Amino acid sequence: MTSLSLDAEQLYSELRAGVGRLLAPDTVLVGIWSGGAWLAQRLNADLKTNRPVGTISSTLHRDDFGERGLGGVEASTELPFEIDGARILLIDDVLASGRTIRAVVNELFDYGRPASVELAVMVDRGGRELPIAPVFAAAKLTLPNHQRLSLAREPDGRFTFAVKETT
Amino acid sequence: MKIFIRNGRVVDPASGRDEAADVAIAAGRIVAIGHVPVDFTPERTIEADGCVVAPGLVDLAARLKEPGPGALESELAAAAAGGVTSLVCPPDMDPPLDEPGLVDMLKFRARKLSRCRLFPLGALTQGLGGAEITEMIDLTEAGCVGFSQAEAPMRDNLTLSRAMQYASTRGYTVWLRPQDASLSGGVAASGAVATRLGLSGVPVASETIALHTVIELVRQTGARVHFCRLSSAAGVDIVRRAKSEGLPVTADVSINSLHLTDVDIGYFNPAMRLVPPLRQARDRDALRAALADGTIDALVSDHTPVDEDAKQVPFAEAEPGATGLELLLPLMLKWGIEMHVALADALAPVTSRAAAAIGIEAGRIAPGAAADLCLFDPGKPWVVLPSALASQGKNTPFLGFEMTGRVARTVVGGRSVYID
Amino acid sequence: MLARRNPQLNAHGELIHLLSIEGLPRAILTQILDTAGTFLSVNDRDVKKVPLLRGKSVFNLFFENSTRTRTTFEIAAKRLSADVINLDIAKSSASKGESLLDTIANLSAMHADMFVVRHSESGAPYLIARHCAPHVHVVNAGDGRHAHPTQGLLDMYTIRHYKKAFNELTVAIVGDIVHSRVARSDIHALTTLGVPEIRAVGPKTLVPGDLREMGVRVCHDMREGVKDADVIIMLRLQNERMSGAMLPSAGEYFKSFGLTEELLALARPDAIVLHPGPINRGVEIDSRVADGSHSVILPQVTFGIAVRMAVMSILAGNDA
Repeated sequence: MTSLSLDAEQLYSELRAGVGRLLAPDTVLVGIWSGGAWLAQRLNADLKTNRPVGTISSTLHRDDFGERGLGGVEASTELPFEIDGARILLIDDVLASGRTIRAVVNELFDYGRPASVELAVMVDRGGRELPIAPVFAAAKLTLPNHQRLSLAREPDGRFTFAVKETT
Repeated sequence: MKIFIRNGRVVDPASGRDEAADVAIAAGRIVAIGHVPVDFTPERTIEADGCVVAPGLVDLAARLKEPGPGALESELAAAAAGGVTSLVCPPDMDPPLDEPGLVDMLKFRARKLSRCRLFPLGALTQGLGGAEITEMIDLTEAGCVGFSQAEAPMRDNLTLSRAMQYASTRGYTVWLRPQDASLSGGVAASGAVATRLGLSGVPVASETIALHTVIELVRQTGARVHFCRLSSAAGVDIVRRAKSEGLPVTADVSINSLHLTDVDIGYFNPAMRLVPPLRQARDRDALRAALADGTIDALVSDHTPVDEDAKQVPFAEAEPGATGLELLLPLMLKWGIEMHVALADALAPVTSRAAAAIGIEAGRIAPGAAADLCLFDPGKPWVVLPSALASQGKNTPFLGFEMTGRVARTVVGGRSVYID
Repeated sequence: MLARRNPQLNAHGELIHLLSIEGLPRAILTQILDTAGTFLSVNDRDVKKVPLLRGKSVFNLFFENSTRTRTTFEIAAKRLSADVINLDIAKSSASKGESLLDTIANLSAMHADMFVVRHSESGAPYLIARHCAPHVHVVNAGDGRHAHPTQGLLDMYTIRHYKKAFNELTVAIVGDIVHSRVARSDIHALTTLGVPEIRAVGPKTLVPGDLREMGVRVCHDMREGVKDADVIIMLRLQNERMSGAMLPSAGEYFKSFGLTEELLALARPDAIVLHPGPINRGVEIDSRVADGSHSVILPQVTFGIAVRMAVMSILAGNDA
């Protein structure tokens, strides 16, 4: 593990400020499992939205099912509100190729027809393979392909970033 | 032709001989063992260095009828490859051997092929229908060594007892499979494995009830009976008691029941679909001990070639049977080693004791006896693959197994009918 | 003699065929149950379809008729976006004498990805799995008396849904166990998942002593069998049993082994009653019990679709 000078808590503050500016009275936050879900939960509490927060998983709509199989089933979608006509703000920790977002949007549309869907992320590391863009990113950076960036949550709720080498 | 077999290890169960010795053969008969006269000038010399020189094997059960055309040729070739020089075949040919003309024809064809000596069993009843008895005297004169129903049931006990009664007039032996007609419909042995796999079971009672019934009829009629393919410990006990009572009964066991159990069915391997079915470990152990102590007289191949298509079906639908002529020798050797039986004794159930059970002159190496020999390398390994088998039937539970013991040469009446 | 790898698992220990619950590690059973939970939620959405098996062809090969089982597999496959082809072989080529393997070879030439097979002979799916192309997955929808693994799994899902922990349960399976593939699959699943007390209940002709070797307690008395049970699985009684001299009549069977309210009262107060269906009212189960508050027979059907979706998607994601 190499230590990158990314202060997750610092970035969270930026994300919170950015999302705060984006929130409309009826926006619902939906976090993408797992890192995005943690972020959405904390954002929903810190921003005092007084609305339920959703969690969404890309598992059932991924485009790499043929190679990877189903993977784990801990990820699940829970959307405790009506999707039809909803204004949704998707939250994720790291945005790269955009394929996860595509899968998540397909999953969302299985539940109904939202009025709008926007995306806010903590880190945009580039490398897009699909026409997907966030309305807000707390940080933009470039990482070599062989490094994987992921958000971790400490037992006390603090966020940290981990960079792993993939072989 | 004068033949000299040199430097072999001669093992003859009948005399107990097991020693390095040369063998001299003339005019198809053995003239001397060990002390060969100095003036014996052979026309051919066979080197038997590293080989056991044993009597040609006597197999009391090998089917020659299936699966395809040319079956007689291929299966007798398989016999020769297996070191078998005397072979008993059951009467369920097509048509069944219930007329002397059919027996003559079969023996004639076998003689022309000159691979091994054929001793057919005649049908006990006409068409094997289980009702009318056959002309046993004529069939015996044509060459039958006994009478059998093969797999077919008898109409009832009355008919069976009359057939046995008639056979005993001239002392003919009746060969019977100990299986009760209504209890033997299952496809695997009753027990934990059949239950777990959801296969219909054949209870041990099918064998014991049949044994008890036949033995009662033996007491009543005095007929000689040979029990074909014992499969259970309980069955062994019944035969042991009958023998100790002095009743004229003999028995055999197949190479499959001697080595395998119901657990070997594995994931529904159709090669394990056999009659009688493979039973549990304690049955196998009882069969192995009974062969050693003589309660079971003979070990047979129970050779039953089955067409591939008839086996590649769900287990219960598969045609039962396994090819075995070429496995008789190595599986006998394996049993002998595992039971710590000396080679001369291990060979007995496939030579002298088998011959004695049917009362033929075979299965021994002695001056004056026919020169029927099996020369084999007891330590040579080989793998059971379809390409290694001469039989048309490649259906054996031992496919892929490594065997130890391979026939080097088979001699019938002085002629080499097989050379490896 | 030769140790053989379980034909259901690939070299990495992943499931490539579902032929029997026997021999599957607990982790795989748990994976299937957990995945089924995910698919249960799909059934509540507006769009009850996910694209996991899109472009894949699932062939339902039913050599033994069963409209209900075939229908649930069809629904499950379609909810995964698969193309489903139904073949009632009983009526077609096999009755004209085409061998099982020839049928499979012909279908493989039509680019099947998955075979769902029901056959009247135990072991038939193993034969198919041995001979189909490497990328094809086989799901056993019931073979003879041997196994009905998806039923076993949905029964386990049902039990887990209502009872949570397996390791404290007493489960009674009642009826014609010796002829039942459902019972065998249930028994293997329950033992693998750690259920401490499993009782096989029925008359001696239908519940032989041999069953003990599968890890169950054999009971020939219904009162003893259901006493303090947490789960009661009732099996269907088939008419053939009466004609085969195994039972005198359905009436006598119901008197001694039918599940009535009175007998149910001997079980735990929160006991659940399962049945693979279709039920014979008044033969193995009293109508009031089948329709009563302890019965989970209808939820079993819903869970069954999710379990089959889970099985198919797990298989489709694993390579041979």
